[in-house]
Amino acid sequence: MCRDLATEVEKLLLQPSAYVRKKAVLTAVHMIRKAPELSDIFLPPCAQLLHEHHHGILLGTITLITELCERSPAALKHFRKMVPQLVHILRTVVTTGYSKEHSISGVSDPFLQVQILRLLRILGRNHEESSETMNDLLAQVATNTDTSRNAGNAVLFETVLTIMDIRSAAGLRVLAVNILGRFLLNTDRNIRYVALTSLLRLVQSDHSAVQRHRPTVVECLREPDGSLSRRALELSLALVNSSNVQAMIQELQGFLESCPPDLQADCASGILLAAERFAPTKRWHIDTTLRVLTTAGTHVRDDAVASLTQLIGGAQELHAYSVRRLYSALAEDISQQPLVQAATWCIGEYGDLLLEGSCEETEPLQVEEEEVLALLERVLQSHMSLPATRGYALTALVKLSTRLRGDNRIRQVVSIYRSCLDVELQQRAVEYNTLFQKYDHMRAAILEKIPLVERGGSQVDEEAKESKETAQLSEAAPVPTEPQASKLLDLLDLLDGPSGDAQHPRPLDPTPGSALIHLLNLPCAPPPPAPIPNLKVFEREGLQLDLSFVRPPGTPTLLLITVTATNTSGGDVTHFICQAAVPKSFQLQLQAPSGDTVPAQGGLPMTQLLRILNPKKAPLRLKLRLTYNHFGQSVQEIFEVNNLPVEAWQ
Amino acid sequence: MQFMLLFSRQGKLRLQKWYVPLSDKEKKKITRELVQTVLARKPKMCSFLEWRDLKIVYKRYASLYFCCAIEDQDNELITLEIIHRYVELLDKYFGSVCELDIIFNFEKAYFILDEFLLGGEVQETSKKNVLKAIEQADLLQEFQKLL
Repeated sequence: MCRDLATEVEKLLLQPSAYVRKKAVLTAVHMIRKAPELSDIFLPPCAQLLHEHHHGILLGTITLITELCERSPAALKHFRKMVPQLVHILRTVVTTGYSKEHSISGVSDPFLQVQILRLLRILGRNHEESSETMNDLLAQVATNTDTSRNAGNAVLFETVLTIMDIRSAAGLRVLAVNILGRFLLNTDRNIRYVALTSLLRLVQSDHSAVQRHRPTVVECLREPDGSLSRRALELSLALVNSSNVQAMIQELQGFLESCPPDLQADCASGILLAAERFAPTKRWHIDTTLRVLTTAGTHVRDDAVASLTQLIGGAQELHAYSVRRLYSALAEDISQQPLVQAATWCIGEYGDLLLEGSCEETEPLQVEEEEVLALLERVLQSHMSLPATRGYALTALVKLSTRLRGDNRIRQVVSIYRSCLDVELQQRAVEYNTLFQKYDHMRAAILEKIPLVERGGSQVDEEAKESKETAQLSEAAPVPTEPQASKLLDLLDLLDGPSGDAQHPRPLDPTPGSALIHLLNLPCAPPPPAPIPNLKVFEREGLQLDLSFVRPPGTPTLLLITVTATNTSGGDVTHFICQAAVPKSFQLQLQAPSGDTVPAQGGLPMTQLLRILNPKKAPLRLKLRLTYNHFGQSVQEIFEVNNLPVEAWQ
Repeated sequence: MQFMLLFSRQGKLRLQKWYVPLSDKEKKKITRELVQTVLARKPKMCSFLEWRDLKIVYKRYASLYFCCAIEDQDNELITLEIIHRYVELLDKYFGSVCELDIIFNFEKAYFILDEFLLGGEVQETSKKNVLKAIEQADLLQEFQKLL
């Protein structure tokens, strides 16, 4: 419809009656909005329409030109030539004295002024020449407008927006920021709101200028008005920098305590972000985070706990301090979940420091073992605790069993939870119980302090993956033990290839070797003669196991090992099974053995071929497990092959 | 401007002018939500609020709330002036306007609004011209009645 009527409207633009022309112009505006390709039709008349004296038509024309410029860059270029003319029109309007028709409280035709200023903004954006032409006029408008009433303020506001957007002179920009500063001090709330909004836009480009008004902005934080305080909050967060961070965070925390709930989440995350970026000391950072967690714990972002634990873990010297602070906070209130999680983790890790005695940085706090355990149990039992929190508490309890002296109570609690309805907790309790009973000797090593997790590394706990509940927060995962951990654990690691998480030792009962051994029927290339010496690895009651190594020349990463079992004893060796394990970077394939019986008295030896791929050329380590029946007894042997020749893996 | 709503303190809608095409259901939904939001504001709060992706400018005159929804790039303070100008026009036309005048002569209120704003933009900045146009329209009506 627009396209059909466009030509009609164009004709109407030239009608003698001003009334009709006025409406025709605005109709054209809407047509452009609906069908931008009509701009060609409406572009030519604009030049002539600008000469109108009738304010209504002029206003409509300006709006039309604005629409055209917004939609097409060609139109923008065309109209840039008219900037001097527009400047002239605006000047005339401004300098016209009082006109009964058009003036509002001392400002002549504010609607027209605002519209022209808006157009000038679009035309002057990123264009030096036009901006220069406008500079004087903008300065004039900015200084001469009467600001006692809203109309004047409206014009002034538009002027400021225009100055900020075009390539204006530095002095002009300073003037604009000053005007905004004045607005901020205005008693009228609307004006202050508008000022805060514009300052927010400015803070990226003219940071230092806006900084000067920081105290006033912080004042606005205390407004009871929701819109104003929200704007003030955003602006304050944008104004935080390394020099004023402590004062600002202080103010913001005061705000956090009293602000309405919908703003609390934003405020909390803002404070935490700012603290992360600008924290002068680690202790201050921990303090701030702790305060935020106690005030607005339920509204913080999900990774706040993870960041806090990361932070504490990294601050070696502050362990004692943080664990005390967290303990006291937890003792007061166990309802804020992020706080509880962080505190239980900390107590679990550094519980011994808590009981040690005094720490210089906090008041002396005498804490008994029993109190700590009682607190953790309270967290476990509280119905306010999320499932994830309870998981944290249980893990902390178990960790404390190595750090504290008496662990009977802990064992009791853990065994109670073996029949808990929550599957996640039940699983953990069963595993920890097994740890207490069967693997007590390994408990200390497993429950050592966690090394610092890399920020951004896989934070997902292995347990969380297994659990049926979806843990809502990512927990700081117990990392698989470092290579420096005891050799015992390393061997565990070798056998526990797929899971890789030593915190959960699977029962070491023999599993039929499918998980460890890949029996593939590969055509075996006849191994060319290799100069690597054979190795005798095992000998017991006449049964002997030898390894011979071959490195096929074509594939430098491949190693072929032939295991030969010979029996010089009087009894047969039956049901002989040989399994092998290698470190994770290797790939192992076992081929079918020649048989599972090694007859006595030097009978036919049994052979089995192992193919090992070593892409990283790492030192080879090999562990063998043998099960067989000999002399009526079943024998199981596990051993690592030592002194493997260097040529086997280099 | 996207739309203008007039409603009383009890939440009854007196006038609605939409400058964007929306379905009836949407209009009702928007009206309901907006009326609730604006009426919940305390008297000392500022006249602007953010709602969805629009800026809402509202002003209370006696028992009526005048509420406009403007886009991001529009000037809020000038919108307040627009609202004020409209109230002045109504005042001049009806002579000391009150809510009852608008209830009983709502079509005249719409006519005045249409003379002042067209398609969401101000079309006439002179009070005199707007009122003159309305008078002419009234005369035409009278003339028609006589015929």
